Order: sequence, then C-alpha cells, then structure tokens
Amino acid sequence: MSVHSEIEAQQHEAHESPEEFKKHLRSYYVVFVALLCLTAITVGVAELKLERPVAITVALIIASIKAGLVASVFMHLLSEKKVIIAVLALTVAFFALVMILPSVTVYEHHRVITGMGP
Amino acid sequence: MSDTVIPYMVKPHPVTGIPNGKFAIWLFLASEVMLFGALFSSYVLIRTGAPHWPPEGGLSSEILDVPKATFNTAVLITSSITMVLAWASCKMKNLPKFKMWMAITIALSFVFLVVKYFEYAHKFELGHTPAHDNFYAIYFTMTGLHGVHIIGGIIVNFYLLTFGSKLWKTDPEHFTNRVENAGLYWHFVDLVWIFLFPSLYLL
Repeated sequence: MSVHSEIEAQQHEAHESPEEFKKHLRSYYVVFVALLCLTAITVGVAELKLERPVAITVALIIASIKAGLVASVFMHLLSEKKVIIAVLALTVAFFALVMILPSVTVYEHHRVITGMGP
Repeated sequence: MSDTVIPYMVKPHPVTGIPNGKFAIWLFLASEVMLFGALFSSYVLIRTGAPHWPPEGGLSSEILDVPKATFNTAVLITSSITMVLAWASCKMKNLPKFKMWMAITIALSFVFLVVKYFEYAHKFELGHTPAHDNFYAIYFTMTGLHGVHIIGGIIVNFYLLTFGSKLWKTDPEHFTNRVENAGLYWHFVDLVWIFLFPSLYLL
C-alpha cells in the first residue's frame, strides 16, 4: 500500500461515525476479561510450586500473551502503520540483545569456575 | 506570544502516515522499553549470579505480598480498559462519557498507589529497605520506577480531564489524538506491570 493510500485509509478510520465505531467496543471488553482470566491463571500456576525453570517459562509465556493482547488491541498495533511496526521491531531486537547479554555472562562465568574456560 | 503552529498534529504526516504526536509517543515508548529492558537485564544478571534467590532464603511469593499485587494487577488492567473507553468516548463525540471514564482511570491509578504505599510501609516496618539485600534493591528500584510512571500518567490524565479538555470545544479531533497518545503511554505502564508482577512476586 502506498503512503498516500495508507493516509486515505487512516483518514477514513478517523472519520468513522460514532455508530460504526461502537463495533470496536466489544473487542475491548473481550480482551479485558481475557486479561483478568490470564492473571488468575498466572497466580494459580504459581501456587502449583512447579520446578523453577518450568515455572519461569510458563509465567513468561502467559505474560507475553497478556502483553500481546494489550499491544495489539488496546494499543491498536494490529491496524498500526508500517513505520511504527518498524520502530518497534528495531526496539524488540535491541531489547532481545539486552536480555541475552546476562545469559552470555552467566555462561562464561560457569565455564571459568568449572575450569572449562580460558 | 508566537503564532507558530506545529504541523501535522491532526492530519497524518505525508512521510510517516500518522500525526506527529503519535509518532513521537511511539518513539518515546521505544526508549522506555530500553530503560526497563536495562533493569530487567540487570535483574536477570543479579538473580542468576546469586547462590540463592531471594538471598535470605524462602520464595519471592512468601516474602512479598502476592494478594495485594494480584489486586493491583486487576486494578491496572481495569484502568487500561477505562482509558480505552475514555478515548472511544471521544471518537463517539461524547465528552461527558470521556470525563467519566477518565475520572475512573485516575481513581484506579490512585488505588494502585495506595495499595503500593501499604506494601512499602509494611516492608519498611520490617527493616526491609533497598539497602537490605539485592532482592529488595531490585524490588524497590523496579516497582519504584514503575510507580513514578503511574504518577506521570496521573498528571497527564488529570490535565486532559480538566484544563486540557477545553481543546474539545475548538478542535475535538486534536483533543482525541492527545487522549489516544496518553492512552498509549498508560497501556505501556500496564504492560510493564504485566511482566513485573510474575518476575518479582511469583518466581
């Protein structure tokens, strides 16, 4: 889609009539209920006292689903412009890098203390 | 006073396809991701480097107040939908409803802060300050920074509810865009808590 046709689409969206816009409200309520349910599941799973690696994996998966719902529906990322998606993709890449750094450090530390390192 | 008008605050910019204010708030949120990302990264490094977490023994869920944090999670999620409904009311040309939903959003923000105050007060009574150990240092730093963001959101939302809403009379579309931008920030604050809650309280 060209920039101009994207702008036209956005202008159409911005000029939806109040009646047309009411259609979107249902999705907000659905996401709200889903977020509350997922919060209850997060706490419920924590009560099971699973092995730590499993507990961390499950909790982060649920948190990611919740974050995805908030970002895609409440923040309208599903229908957002390419320029914003591009900015966020770059941000996610750097965020991933920042999160990977501790893992590399821990791995190197483990290698050194077990005598497998340099 | 200058008569300079900032361009593309309502109409989409021909290059980006979105109004300048919205592009700016997304760039700001990208920088916020890196701010909290650095803290999460530090948390992972400190936690994996510790022989036991929390250092004094036990589990995070036994040391921190999970029921209060769960309640606060529900409060923040509810404030997110009331924020969306405030913006949706603007889109549906209904200013009184906008004011109602925005007032509820601000009230819920205060509820979150009051619950957090009781959490902090209890920890301080026990002598569990940020200087106690790395666990409490991380806990207070991350929840404290998040709390500062809540206060920032309250200030912006209060402005939009009161003085800022005068713009509705002269330029409702511009005002609606401002509410949308404030909403994007508010949802981001909710998003951060979605990861903070399990990371600090449950794992």
